[in-house]
Amino acid sequence: MPETPAHNAVDVSDLTVSYREKPVLWDIDLEIPQGILVGIVGPNGAGKTTLIQTILGLITPLAGSARLLGQSPKKALKQVAYVPQRGTVDWDFPATALDVALMGTYGRLGWFRRPGAKERNEANEALERVGMTSFAHRQIRQLSGGQQQRVFLARALAQKAKLYLMDEPFQGIDATTEAALVELLRDLRNRGATALVVHHDLQSVKEYFDWVVLLNIRKIAAGPVEEVYTEANLKAAFGARVPLGK
Amino acid sequence: MTQAQWEIILLASLTAMACSLPGVFLVLRRMTLLSDAISHTVLLGIVAAFFLTGSLTSPWLIIGAASMGVFTVVLVEGIQKSTLVREDAAIGLVFPALFSLAVLLISLFGKNVHLDLDSVLLGKIALAPLPGRRLEIANLDLGPKSTWIMGSILLANLVFILCFYKELKVTTFDPAFAKAIGFLPGLTHLGLVVLVSITSVAAFDAVGSILVVALMSAPAAAAYLLTDRLARMLLLAPLLGMASAVAGYGLARVLDASISGAMATAAGGVFLLAFLFAPRRGLISQWQEGKFRRARLRLSMLAVHLFQHQETPLQEVECREDTLFEHLLWSPGLTRRVVEHSLQQGLVEREKNFLQLTRQGRKLAMEVLQPGQAVFSPGSE
Repeated sequence: MPETPAHNAVDVSDLTVSYREKPVLWDIDLEIPQGILVGIVGPNGAGKTTLIQTILGLITPLAGSARLLGQSPKKALKQVAYVPQRGTVDWDFPATALDVALMGTYGRLGWFRRPGAKERNEANEALERVGMTSFAHRQIRQLSGGQQQRVFLARALAQKAKLYLMDEPFQGIDATTEAALVELLRDLRNRGATALVVHHDLQSVKEYFDWVVLLNIRKIAAGPVEEVYTEANLKAAFGARVPLGK
Repeated sequence: MTQAQWEIILLASLTAMACSLPGVFLVLRRMTLLSDAISHTVLLGIVAAFFLTGSLTSPWLIIGAASMGVFTVVLVEGIQKSTLVREDAAIGLVFPALFSLAVLLISLFGKNVHLDLDSVLLGKIALAPLPGRRLEIANLDLGPKSTWIMGSILLANLVFILCFYKELKVTTFDPAFAKAIGFLPGLTHLGLVVLVSITSVAAFDAVGSILVVALMSAPAAAAYLLTDRLARMLLLAPLLGMASAVAGYGLARVLDASISGAMATAAGGVFLLAFLFAPRRGLISQWQEGKFRRARLRLSMLAVHLFQHQETPLQEVECREDTLFEHLLWSPGLTRRVVEHSLQQGLVEREKNFLQLTRQGRKLAMEVLQPGQAVFSPGSE
């Protein structure tokens, strides 16, 4: 059993983010303990991606702050892995699956130092964990959507992080990859890691996650799925358009 | 060939290699249009530096040009961020504004300077080997000055890319991820802009701005079609650039035309060849692959059609070879060809006027209809 960690995985306090003068997140407070899988759920435009990117320090908030693993985002950098939405990169880029997985080791290397045999091994191991070994030397353009998502996960695994922030990893992937991804998340949790996952499919929230954050510009609710994932909260987050239909 | 001719070819080759290296990242970052703008607006930086220092050879010219390159990008991105104007329009606005200002300044105040406009566009590579443009140390003739300048720029570009290969790679592929792991995409972007600006200034003094634009985009774009690896692309682009320079020089001699013009044309020709003949990604190979896929699709269509109607009451109508074309909406000729192809592949058998699927054909139809399932079991026949 991993020992009880001294710090929360994520502490967010009074976080307000705006694009120009339009607020996209209003005064968010969050305390997420380590060692759990957290689904972030909310309608389009709820600020899910913005929340993740602000936690990572990619966006400067208007007010408030985030701490990761008890440290400032900058200091926690090497212990945090980020999986952006698959659609945000150019998959025509001249690189192989191994090249992309190798980028997961770049953060440890820092500026100037080049990846060597050790890093290559780590990247290969990461690819193996997502079942992509036989595609290691395939150009990323030639991979299916599910395989591309696996490569992204391999890159995150190669970061050997304690906290994983994933933006819609389940978007547009096949059932096999979805199952493999869930398996992988559980494996990470069993090793003591924490994952925050932006998620769209409301049906599978209860099955996949321990905690859920319901978001719609403001925080509607956050906590263990059994307590928080209620019809009332879903209605509050999605309005009348609750796609769950229950 | 004379020594002067060799010197021109060497200078052109060095310029081509120096331009095509940053060109690789411009192509991958979809910034070629921006480099177009930079390679022209740096002229304003040169003019400004010239009026401030009164010298055409001072290092301030390089600094002026580099700052103008950065200024161009800042201006374009600023206009773009206003969200009132899109990126292409922003470039289209900034580039002529700054460039024409430079042209205006030259024509107003620079009449007695050999900052003339023809040489800006077409360069003066043919003049590079002339006396007075050579580097001489202690009476030792070391060749044209431009050659040494371009050689240094090439070296600088090489060193920059070798030192920051990993950083350039990750910030180009996934800037958000790169930032999240502690790299500075903004800084590599800036570094690249400075590199492009300096290369443009040095190169356009030698070969003119038209050739600079061609050499920054065409060899890199061709290399992009020819390989799947960034490292190989960085090797291939300078080689293709050099080939363009050499071929262009030959073309210029044959046609007795502008050297820069011919080299730019050759660079376009090299790209066209890659565009047409690149394995897998070239036009011809794409067309062939499409042809192969179409043939495959037609075989599947025939197999599925027969599969759906075999052993049904309509079998007599639907599986007749002579009327098949009516049901598939194919021309009779095409239908005949597809049937022959299917017979060859052992997908169907012909019995008098009727077509029947073989085991193989049935398997194909079932695979098409239920992809991903192991449908064929020998007992099902």
